[in-house]
This record gives sequence, C-alpha cells and structure tokens, in this order.
Amino acid sequence: MLRRRLAPYLLVLPGGLWLLLFFVVPMVTMLSLSLQEGDVVTGYVFTGHWQTYADAIVNYRTQLVRSLAYGAVTTLILIVLAFPVAYWIAFYAGRRKATYLFLLLLPFFVSFVLRTISWRQILTDDGMVLGPLKHLGLLSSSAHILGTPAAVIGGLAYNFLPFMVLPIYVALERIDPRVVEAARDLYADPATAFRKVIFPLALPGVFAGVLMTFVPASSDYVNSAVLGSSSTTMIGQVIQSQYLTSSNYPTASALSFTLMAVLLIGVFAYARALGTEDVMKVAAR
Amino acid sequence: MNDVAIELAGVHKEFLAHGERVQAVRPTDLSVRQGEFFSLLGPSGCGKTTTMRMIAGFEEPTGGTVYLDGRDVTGVSPNKRDVNMVFQSYALFPHLNTYQNVAFGLERRKVARDEIRRRVGEIMEIVSLGGMDKRSPREMSGGQQQRVALARALVNRPRALLLDEPLGALDLKLRQQMQIELKRIQREVGITFVYVTHDQGEALTMSDRIAVMEAGRIDQLGSPREIYERPATRFVAGFIGTSNLLDGPVDGVEDGVAVLRYGDGDRVLVAVPESVKPGGALEVSVRPEKIDLSRDEPTGTTGSVLSGVVTDVVYHGTSTNYTVRTAAGPDLVVFDQNAYSAEDLAGPGDRVFLTWSAQHSYPIGVS
Repeated sequence: MLRRRLAPYLLVLPGGLWLLLFFVVPMVTMLSLSLQEGDVVTGYVFTGHWQTYADAIVNYRTQLVRSLAYGAVTTLILIVLAFPVAYWIAFYAGRRKATYLFLLLLPFFVSFVLRTISWRQILTDDGMVLGPLKHLGLLSSSAHILGTPAAVIGGLAYNFLPFMVLPIYVALERIDPRVVEAARDLYADPATAFRKVIFPLALPGVFAGVLMTFVPASSDYVNSAVLGSSSTTMIGQVIQSQYLTSSNYPTASALSFTLMAVLLIGVFAYARALGTEDVMKVAAR
Repeated sequence: MNDVAIELAGVHKEFLAHGERVQAVRPTDLSVRQGEFFSLLGPSGCGKTTTMRMIAGFEEPTGGTVYLDGRDVTGVSPNKRDVNMVFQSYALFPHLNTYQNVAFGLERRKVARDEIRRRVGEIMEIVSLGGMDKRSPREMSGGQQQRVALARALVNRPRALLLDEPLGALDLKLRQQMQIELKRIQREVGITFVYVTHDQGEALTMSDRIAVMEAGRIDQLGSPREIYERPATRFVAGFIGTSNLLDGPVDGVEDGVAVLRYGDGDRVLVAVPESVKPGGALEVSVRPEKIDLSRDEPTGTTGSVLSGVVTDVVYHGTSTNYTVRTAAGPDLVVFDQNAYSAEDLAGPGDRVFLTWSAQHSYPIGVS
C-alpha cells in the first residue's frame, strides 16, 4: 500500500534530481552572484544589491533591444526559408526523407563556431563572393558584407535553420494526405488547400520552430563576434565579455537574468497571442 | 441521354511499381445512371478504389475518357469536378469544427453566408447531427465523424457522391445501422451514389446495381439479384455468398437444357445458351439454399438429383449447414432453413439425396 503511494514520487526522483542539479542549482548560484558586490581580487560578497540590474539595463539597453530585433528578423527569415524545405521533404522526398533530414543535420558534425568562421572567409571583402563581383565592376570596391547587421542575421539564420525546418517537417509529416485531397475535392485549388488546410495544420510546427530559434538566436554571441562589428554587438557578447574579460560577475549575471526574463515574457505573450490552446489542440490530435 | 451521370469509356490505369508496369485497372466501360446507388465490389487490390479515384480526379487514367453528365472531364482537376468524395478515413479537417467542415465546399464556391448557414443546417438534420455545429471532429465517435464526412460532401449537392468503403472503420452493429441510413439519405437527396466496398453483404443490401471487379476488370455488372442468382464467372460465384461449383461432361442438350450425368441416376440439369454442345465440359454453380436435402430417394423429380454422404453438419440458428460428398466433384454445401425442421435432417455418415430445379443451376463462363 505504502509502496504504491510512494511510487509516483519515486518515479519523479531521477528527473527531479536532474533538474535540481543542472537547472535549479546553477540558477540560484547565478541569482546570488548577480546580487553580490566586490571584485575578483578581493572577492565578492552578497549584499542584495539590486541596483546592478538597473545599471546593467540602462548601460546595455541598445544591445538588448538589438539582440531581440536580430532574433525576431532571423526568425521571420527562417519561417520563409524553412517552410518550403520542410514541405518538400514531407511531401515530395518519398523514400529519401531520412536522407534529406540527415543532410540537413550534417553541418552539425562540424562545430558551429568553425562553420561561422568559414562564412567569414567566404564573405570577406575580397573573398570568393565579393572579390569576383568587384573585379567585374558589378560592385564598388568599398562594398562589404562583414560587419553589417545583414551578415550577423545571415549567420544566425544559417546556424538555426534546422531548428525551424525540423518542427515544421514533423507537423507537415503528420498531415493525412487524404485531408488535403478532401480539400481539393471540396473545390479548393492547390493554393487554397495550402492556405486553408496545410498551413493551419502546420502551425504547431511553426510555433515550436519559433520558440526553438528566436530564443537561442536572440542570446547568441558567436555570429556577431565572428561576422559582425562593434555596431552589431549583441547582448550575449556583452555577457560573455563581462564574465570573461571584465570579470564583472554581478553585471554579467544580472544581464543573463534580464535576458531570460525578457525572453520568457516574450514567449508567454506570443503563446497567449497565438492562442496556444488552439495550437496545442491541433498538435494533440 | 442525360440519365447517365458518370461514364467511363475504355478507361484504364497503369502504375509503375518496382520498375514493373502494373495494370491496376484494365480497359473498362461503365455507365452509372442518374440517381442510382451503384457499387464497385471486389477484394482489395481489384482496382475499385483506383476506378473511383479516376472519377474523382485524384488519378488520371493512362488511357480512355471519363464523362460526368456527358462532359469529358479527363484531365480536369478534382476541385473542378462536380462530384464529392467520402473518404474511408473520413479525412475531416481536424482544425475546423463540424460546421466549418461541412461549410468548406460551399465557402470555396462563394455561396452567400446565409445560404451556407441554411444548407448546412438542413444537411445536418438529414444526417441526424443537429446541434453538433461547434463540436470538433476529435470529440466525435466514429459513427458521428462518418456522418460529418457524408454531410460535408452532400451539402454541395454534387452530381454524384463517391464513397470509398465509408463504413469500413465502424463496428458491425453501427455498420448495419449506417447501411440503412445511407440508403435512406440517398433516397432523400436523390443523388447518384458510387459506393466502393469489399463487403458483398453491404453491396447486395444497398445497391441498385453492382459491378464486381477482380484483377482490374469488371467480371459482372448487374442488379444484386442477377449477380447473386446468376454469377457470370467462377470468381463472382465464389466472392458473392457461398456457391457450389460442379463440373462435368455435357451428356445431352434438349430444349436449351443441358444434362450432366454422374452415373446411376445422378444428374445435374442446367439451362444453357445455344453455344453449349453435348460432349464438352461445363461448370455449373448452385447456391446452397436452393438445394433440398432428404434421406428419402426422390421419385418423379424432373430437376437435378445427386446422391451423397453427409460429412459435416453445422447448426447456425436460422439455418443448418450440411456438407455432402457426391460424385459431382468437390463437396456440396446445403443450407437448410430451420423454419420447419426441429431437428437435423441427417447426420454425418447418412446417405442423402440432393434435389433442386433446373432453374437454380447456372452455367459459369459461357455465353
């Protein structure tokens, strides 16, 4: 009897411990760190100094807003890029679906830092793309891509593409082809069948894809560091340099928390606005 | 002329499967009359669904012409054909509620909002789904989803309704109930139904006419009674109900009736066309319920008589089924209605006589 009553708790134990160890403990540590004062030499002492948050937000609001904007633009670009890819794999790849999905994930076998650096080689001012164009006089010799927001957003979109393709693919894959046929049978031309049936049924995938790309893209620090310039600095870079260069742990922690809070609020607002209930209902079919 | 709703002329379909050309549907001519309940009956893989999908426009024939209401629609896409389909899996739109599902076709056709509301309400009453407008398909039972699928197609008042094994997913009780319901709805709306099924009972009870398909071709086309009573081929005889197949040499033909003899008074009489001559072999089908079984030797009968030994007796409630070994080939099955007999007519090992009149034997595969 007792064992039966304890069973659910025992079953929760491994997952609970995992969460505690790898999520709660670091979070609490970081929260406490953000409220400490001092420096690396003399050490940090907990003082409950909330002012750090206010200062960090005021000082780095440009980077914070920029990161969210880059994240949003990247996500929009990804929806446009990923949908056709996912659609094609889901409906036209036939028996080769697994192959194409594997190809999509193939770049993951190389570190994304390395891949981003290689893009820098490709896009460099006299590199394989801009060099010939400039040579032919199609571009002015001062034209450049590196260091611009376009380069950073391009890098982000490149790196996070699979995270948008996969959830949309899964949603499309689950659509019963007969349902699409039913739409065609009920006088919908191909475009209308897409708009009225396929796209609505793929929405849960788009929703998941947005979560999986907007959050990491907004907090990314590699793409801007490698492909951008001081005018594209993102909040991730600021946090990184506060930690590793300035050793200003409280400010770095405070910024991390702020970013997390902003993203969480954003995600919840987004879920609310899109009516997750409907989305989830479709997803749960 | 315009009482033909659907016509197929020389329509055939080939698929490429594993590098081999497969004839899914062999050249077929078929016409379905206006307002008719027409069934395509056959085992899976016989080409019945492909035939229906060619009418709907989801498959293009390799050759031949599809006419709807006399108009050539070969190559016309499904959304431009005035037929609607009820899918086996229902294929309801999971993101739309019942009302939106049913209204889908009318909205595509830009029917006025009020008109849509009126027609959807009307059809929902016909399929007994009144008041279910807001339900999501997922919240409905199989039988209800089936009705939504039906309403969604019927509301458009198509020239013909194509139903692909629509009752396949329902349990037996509900299926029988829906069979009656479907027939009622068809009479009520007066729309041509083309019904694809592998269930011979379903086809027999509902159809005005049945096309029995096998291996991509129509073996026989006729009313349920014709198909049951006079199966044209061995396949039809075996697929529809239970059939006894006898074969033997034609001993003589007199007044269009051939006699097959198995020695010692055993004979089978069958009406045959003129092409059948004495000396050739003939295959004959007899339905089990047409045969009378008796332990007494018949006297003065003018029909078929076979003597044999009972090998098996199975009680089925409304009937008792006897298996009898005779000289005429494979064991014969006899169904005896239990209307009068309180006990078995014979037991295993008993010698019995089987009799039936000449009109109940049919020659197979002769014309």
